[in-house]
Amino acid sequence: MFKNYSWDWGVFLQPVSTGEPTNYLGWLLAGLYNTVVLALSASLIAFAVGVVMGVLRTTPNRWLAALGTTYVGIFRNIPVIVQLFAWYFVLPELLPDNVGTWFKQLPASTQMMTSAVLCLGLYMGARVCELIRSGIETLPKGQRSAALALGLTLPQAYRYVLLPVAFRVAIPPLTSEMINVFKNSAVASTIGLLELSAQAQQLVDYTAHPYESFAVATAVYILINVIVVLIMRQVEVSVRLPGYIGGK
Amino acid sequence: MIEINNVSKQYGTFHVLTDCSTKVAKGEVVVVCGPSGSGKSTLIKTINGLEPINKGDIRVNGTSVCSPKTNLSQLRSKVGMVFQNFELFPHLSIIENLTIAQIKVLGRKRNEAGDKGRKYLDRVGLKDQAAKYPAQLSGGQQQRAAIARALCMDPICMLFDEPTSALDPEMVNEVLDVMVQLAREGTTMMCVTHEMGFARKVADRVIFMDAGRIIEDTSKAEFFGNIEGRTDRAKQFLSRILQH
Repeated sequence: MFKNYSWDWGVFLQPVSTGEPTNYLGWLLAGLYNTVVLALSASLIAFAVGVVMGVLRTTPNRWLAALGTTYVGIFRNIPVIVQLFAWYFVLPELLPDNVGTWFKQLPASTQMMTSAVLCLGLYMGARVCELIRSGIETLPKGQRSAALALGLTLPQAYRYVLLPVAFRVAIPPLTSEMINVFKNSAVASTIGLLELSAQAQQLVDYTAHPYESFAVATAVYILINVIVVLIMRQVEVSVRLPGYIGGK
Repeated sequence: MIEINNVSKQYGTFHVLTDCSTKVAKGEVVVVCGPSGSGKSTLIKTINGLEPINKGDIRVNGTSVCSPKTNLSQLRSKVGMVFQNFELFPHLSIIENLTIAQIKVLGRKRNEAGDKGRKYLDRVGLKDQAAKYPAQLSGGQQQRAAIARALCMDPICMLFDEPTSALDPEMVNEVLDVMVQLAREGTTMMCVTHEMGFARKVADRVIFMDAGRIIEDTSKAEFFGNIEGRTDRAKQFLSRILQH
């Protein structure tokens, strides 16, 4: 294995050959920064949209429920790479001329980041929607009745009774989705956004040390996701209910 | 207090309620009984609009439950309801369960709501459980807390939907004792239950339902005292549950 390959872990500290004042590790860190910005922004959108759509799907109003169902149908069923191309290449053409022109004059990296954040956020939002919906539907039907019977309005019933418990039910699968956002963010490399995996690829082109490059990138992805898991576990423990779902 | 006029409800072609009419006067205790699937739970849930109806009208204290102009939340806040499965909110402590609607619906101050909550917890014998969470209480304790939660809203009447059916036999009496006490204090109550002992003790009237219809609506004395005068269906029902 690797018989004729000459390993060189020192490659990361060499200055880059483009003349920029940084080394190859600097490129990877810049990629990591983009990955984190992209994934966290997309997570916020995914959570906000997912909660709203998940709630809509469980309301008694069938038009609102249909709106949520349509959203999930569109964003969950189209491959994420196709959605990304649509956001980046097609949407700016469909915008009114002045808006489209304005968008195209933004720095390229801003255009890519915006498209990628919207794409990933709305795609993951459809998945979060389903988690929130199933979280709400897991609760006994009587919970809603009891909240309404006390005189709470339907929005209050969601706010004070249904969602606080549904969120707790949804934390473990939401952790998985959070990890998925970080992993799926690599798809943004296809439109040219220099996130972690794209920088790793660039390192291969410039240094001819593919194994070191991807080994480090892989380790960084694992590290990020271990951190995500640890944080989410902390959240899970801190909202645990005595005698209920996972509590003692 | 509660007027139910010619109420019908159907799911597709299945008639859950057919032409049901009855009244509950202020201070009256009415027990609704009948075989499962007879529509008694559905009937009691139509009173605060949890179950919509297809025909007829329901009035609570003169306000129509079915009119689109009615502020249903406000009306519901005045009608206490106790459910078969308690339905305490699992993420709130017992005292928070008792205060949340007082604060969010009635606009009471937190400490005022807390005082009221503790007063009713004391009344149902749960003074020491205020800080616990629902899952840490026994079924009987949870149901008593649920009754206290409803009472905190100063309801003008109380609806009970099979309040003891989900309880271990040992815990039935601690809940019934609270209900008997309420009935004796003059609370207006409508109660779906199979506890005929409770009905004998405190009911003013008994309603018997079968297949979505009110078949009997009569005084307690008549219902239990004159078995021969009952309809065949009620006789059959009574003979099955009273032989224990």
